[in-house]
Amino acid sequence: MKISFKINKEERLVDVDGNTPLLWVIRDILHLKGTKFGCGKAACGACTIHVDGKAVRSCSMPIKMVAEKKITTIEGLSDGKLLHPVQEAWKKEVVPQCGYCQPGFIMATAAMLDKIPNPTDEDIDQNIINVCRCGTYYRMRKAIHLAASLMDKDEQ
Amino acid sequence: MKHTIIGFAILALILTMSQAVQSSNNIGQNKARNKEEVEVIISDKPFDKMMAVLLHKRCVNCHPDGDIPLQGEDSHLHHFDIERGPNDHGLAGYTCETCHSTENNIFSGVPGAPHWALAPRSMAWEGKSRVEIAQQMMDPARNGGRSPKEIEKHLTEHELVLWAWDPGVDAEGIEREKPPVSKEDFIEAVKQWIADGAIIPDK
Ligand code: FES
Ligand code: FES
Repeated sequence: MKISFKINKEERLVDVDGNTPLLWVIRDILHLKGTKFGCGKAACGACTIHVDGKAVRSCSMPIKMVAEKKITTIEGLSDGKLLHPVQEAWKKEVVPQCGYCQPGFIMATAAMLDKIPNPTDEDIDQNIINVCRCGTYYRMRKAIHLAASLMDKDEQ
Repeated sequence: MKHTIIGFAILALILTMSQAVQSSNNIGQNKARNKEEVEVIISDKPFDKMMAVLLHKRCVNCHPDGDIPLQGEDSHLHHFDIERGPNDHGLAGYTCETCHSTENNIFSGVPGAPHWALAPRSMAWEGKSRVEIAQQMMDPARNGGRSPKEIEKHLTEHELVLWAWDPGVDAEGIEREKPPVSKEDFIEAVKQWIADGAIIPDK
């Protein structure tokens, strides 16, 4: 099955079984290795990307569902040379430990801030439900608040 | 004696206050689950056939009594702190569609159908008897203003309702249980029950 879509602003066409998980296409066909495989059951969030601006767990999204849609992965989150404010905040707060879960968290956070620009701790607890085995949640919380304030400044 | 009465009054006040605190702590969370088995009657009567389906976990899991969906064959609270959100489609940062698409996923085992969402709170079925569910379902104040004909259409044509007979497999590849009445028999029973005046029995 031929499926075309935009990924990180580039038009791509793949010819695969329509049920192939989007994550496999991203990693194994398009060789974008920033998006991670954790559980394959939509349980951990390591594979979170954006489809038309919304957070999606790509291990549980068949490729046929993204025909003609816009996908953004961690590689395409920043615009040009500048880091995305969430990445900037992550760097400032030195969030990652092993780093494996982090692209998924960053993508989930960027999607949340798009809808909730100034999240409370409760918003963060409710909306960011990925899993980090290194337990970096505490630093993430700080980074999410920092990212929100950086984005606020960008807008002023 | 007077002191005893005053003592009781104070005790009652304290109990009431502690209950108020408890219930305010429960806002947005599920109430204690009614674990008693709800009686399912299967017979040739259209009402019995229809209700045997509506009481099944494939239906009740998305009609919870609270703000957390149920999942699985044991109807446990949905893992990962999933919540109803303002429009029954999850919260702003993750919606139902973050994981559920418009069809079952054969690799991850995540179920899916068009319009995957929770039934509104006014349509909670969990823990209710079949008579209570039927009354609620036919009450326009609680069923989204639907007429009996619209209820019939919803029950017999809506893709999310009919998903119950194509529930797919879970993450271990194990097939999910289907309702105890076939789809065709269910559709016929609903139409018959509504054509006969949608009469709800006493029990
Ligand atoms: S790999 Fe997709 S949610 Fe875990
Ligand atoms: S940083 Fe190691 S799993 Fe999250």
